[in-house]
Amino acid sequence: PRPDPTLHTTKTGGVIFVQDNRISIWSVGDLGNVGLNGEYQGEPQLLCDIRHNGDVMDMQFLDQERIVVASSTGTVTVFHHHQNNQTLSANQRWEKAHSHVDQDTSCGGAACTGVICNNPEIVTVGEDGRINLFRADQKDAVRTIDNADSSTLHAVTFLRTTEILTVNSIGQLKIWDLRQQRNEPSQIFSLTGDRVPLHCVDRHPNQQHVVATGGQDGMLSVWDIRQGTMPVSLLNAHEAEMWEVHFHPSNPDHLFTCSEDGSLWHWDTSTDVAEKPSFLHQGGRSTTYFSHNTINQSVVSAWLSNDPTKDRMEITNLIPNQTLSVNSLDILGPCLVYGTDAEAIYVNRQLFA
Amino acid sequence: LQQPGGSSICKCLKRPSPSRVFVVRKDQDIYIQTLRKLFNESHGIFIGLQRSEEELAGKSRKAQLVQVSKNYRSVIRACMEDMHQAASKFVSILSAMELIWNLCEILFVEAAAAGPLLLRLLDWVRLHVCDVDNMVREVLSSENPSKHELFWNLGNTQTLTEMELKWQHWHEECQRYLQDGTFASNSHMESICKILLGDEDAILEKKELLATWYQFLVTRLLYSHPTVKPMELRFYAQSSMDLFLGGESSPEPLDTILMAAFEFEMHQVIKECSIALSNWWFVAHLTDLLDHCKLLQSHNLYFGSNMREFLLLEYASGLFSHHSLWQLGVDYFDHCPEYGRVYLELHIERIPLNTEQKALKVLRICEQRQMHEQVRSICKIMAMKALRNNRLGSALSWSIRAKDAAFATLISDRFLKDYCERGCFSDLDLIDNLGPSMLLSDRLTFLGKYREFHRLYGEKRFSEAAKLLLMLMTAHIAPCSFWMTLLTDALPLLEQKEVIFSAEQTYELMRCLEDLTAGKSDKQKFQDDDVETMKVEMLRLALARNLARVIVKEGTLEGS
Repeated sequence: PRPDPTLHTTKTGGVIFVQDNRISIWSVGDLGNVGLNGEYQGEPQLLCDIRHNGDVMDMQFLDQERIVVASSTGTVTVFHHHQNNQTLSANQRWEKAHSHVDQDTSCGGAACTGVICNNPEIVTVGEDGRINLFRADQKDAVRTIDNADSSTLHAVTFLRTTEILTVNSIGQLKIWDLRQQRNEPSQIFSLTGDRVPLHCVDRHPNQQHVVATGGQDGMLSVWDIRQGTMPVSLLNAHEAEMWEVHFHPSNPDHLFTCSEDGSLWHWDTSTDVAEKPSFLHQGGRSTTYFSHNTINQSVVSAWLSNDPTKDRMEITNLIPNQTLSVNSLDILGPCLVYGTDAEAIYVNRQLFA
Repeated sequence: LQQPGGSSICKCLKRPSPSRVFVVRKDQDIYIQTLRKLFNESHGIFIGLQRSEEELAGKSRKAQLVQVSKNYRSVIRACMEDMHQAASKFVSILSAMELIWNLCEILFVEAAAAGPLLLRLLDWVRLHVCDVDNMVREVLSSENPSKHELFWNLGNTQTLTEMELKWQHWHEECQRYLQDGTFASNSHMESICKILLGDEDAILEKKELLATWYQFLVTRLLYSHPTVKPMELRFYAQSSMDLFLGGESSPEPLDTILMAAFEFEMHQVIKECSIALSNWWFVAHLTDLLDHCKLLQSHNLYFGSNMREFLLLEYASGLFSHHSLWQLGVDYFDHCPEYGRVYLELHIERIPLNTEQKALKVLRICEQRQMHEQVRSICKIMAMKALRNNRLGSALSWSIRAKDAAFATLISDRFLKDYCERGCFSDLDLIDNLGPSMLLSDRLTFLGKYREFHRLYGEKRFSEAAKLLLMLMTAHIAPCSFWMTLLTDALPLLEQKEVIFSAEQTYELMRCLEDLTAGKSDKQKFQDDDVETMKVEMLRLALARNLARVIVKEGTLEGS
């Protein structure tokens, strides 16, 4: 049964709405159990949810059961999903993981804007320009780099197990080596031209030197971090902020981006249409994925080439009637999931059909 | 009904008695969680309608509009299902809304003609009866279906006249059976026969099985006037209501609304709904749809805007008090040609910007609509916040977005002040990587170039550093207030073993120094402390020495 809507009555008789932000777990059915046509009948089912204080800025699974959530209040919380009785509980919390340094002059809180996990390590970044390194079982932060950046850090991802990538609001991509004690990035990359803020970053699953970022102007930049300090290719994409960019984890010649302009783009650099890998046996521990060595070769050149049209990159907008912003997306196998500002979640289970 | 504290409640429909909806004005309805789905989904339908092809004419346009109406209703029904487990009071409100909307769809949007009209009304009543009272449904469905075969063919193969003739024939047959006494032995069957003949009294005898007067109406019409014309409905409706209520009870708000619909008084329907329903959602969307059907003459209100726009403005304004639904409101304002823009400008400035991401969303909306003033204002607010939190890079980022040269100057001054106080630069990652944004303001350019001077000096590229330093003054990139600092920075260069500044450059430096000191009034010179005076003296000495050395050097033959 649903709880009653959260309403509060103030003394003056007005009714104020208490922000009812929630973390929810949904079931979209068993990935391995699809019908003859690959169609899944039925809607996503809500399994459980829990209240969350502040806006959810970012979240990631730490492992099968734990989710790390970044809040607009600057708090980072680890939630535990109890699968036996389908409940969620808050396991651990780092309050004020992100906050403005001088509390006396502080003007508002600092949101935690990004979180990335590599069990048991958790790295968070925020509007305060701080980088935190947590461990799931430790109460205090393992390491904190205050003022790592003079501008807002918008996103973070792992480059290697000991190195992270961050992007900020003055168009810089930075590599940080967490083994080193000094609080300086080991490398700084900048956009050419205007220092347009960068909002998202993702690393190619196989080719560790290939990094993609998305900017406030909707531009997709691809970087080769082995060489140079500038992006290798700039692709004009969306008409507004690109909120997220993701390489497909098992088929990285496919890239997905979503934007404030309400579109979600599928970038396809796979050169041979007939050789598209089969995803009918997705999921499970013992599945072997297709590894096309030839495709990987062309993948590298495709993403890093300056002329996408030459290598026949196909770009498709997956949303027919776009209205409000697509804030977030994720992909696994043939399944794509994304959420919009119209308070809707969409599941596409036949991505490559 | 008001509870202490100001929140108000709504009583639900009582079953199975006549529908009584007590609705009370509730100021912030929209905060009810389960209505968010209604608002979000209907927003999509609304936008689709505004964008839909106006070029389609006649039947295809009508079909399109009917589909839109059905889409709205299906959203209402979906919400009813969602709310089913929750508060039943909300289900009743939605049920009433769907009932009214459905009738409006039949009478106004589809404008069903005589023949199909009754069919639609039958469906309408049946649909609602299913919601309200199962018993009545059983009664209706227990009628002999074969008698209604005539009606199922309506609109497919027969013309209205053909149908009327057939019905007339059947009606007469029924009458004969009654008069012949065929059913005399069975009072139940006789009663049914009378009902089939449209005998009002017979129908009213079964009043307890009919939940509402409009069910009575439709039943009556079914058996007495199945080919009723739209314009005739009002008479039957009025008499049905009078007969059914029989003076025992007075009409409820819902009854008044439905009656106004049967009378084709669209404006009355909207007015009554505005009063009876506690939020603007219903009237705003319905009126907009009716407007698209070109059914509403411009009904000028005292401030000159038409009714559709007035209702949309009210509805959208309500959305703006919600922390995330305000985004829907923007699109509604966009489609209010007269006052939408003004309303948007006023409301958008009041959205609390608790995260940068939210500020960016608001900014994007403003930029897309050329609301330049709001863009500047929001960027300034965010930049000031950043500055107070000592996030200089963020502050600069906001200035760049707004192309705010003045603020960029402010930030640069802050950096320079920090440098003077601490002797080193903070946030080198920012200053070293300004790129083209350096050109946003002169002060920012100076900051970037000054840092470059320090870098060159650090890399021991002294002659390049010297050249840059001089240029900063001679090209007037450096503010006058900073010249003393720059000249002081020149000292180590002047005192290098190797001569760095050329004669020409030295003369330039001297001139700069004299400009600086000459510019001071006598009073200022008097106030200058010893340190200041000593600095000037030291500079003069260093410059003179350098000049001496360089004259000698330049005078010497090359290569020796």
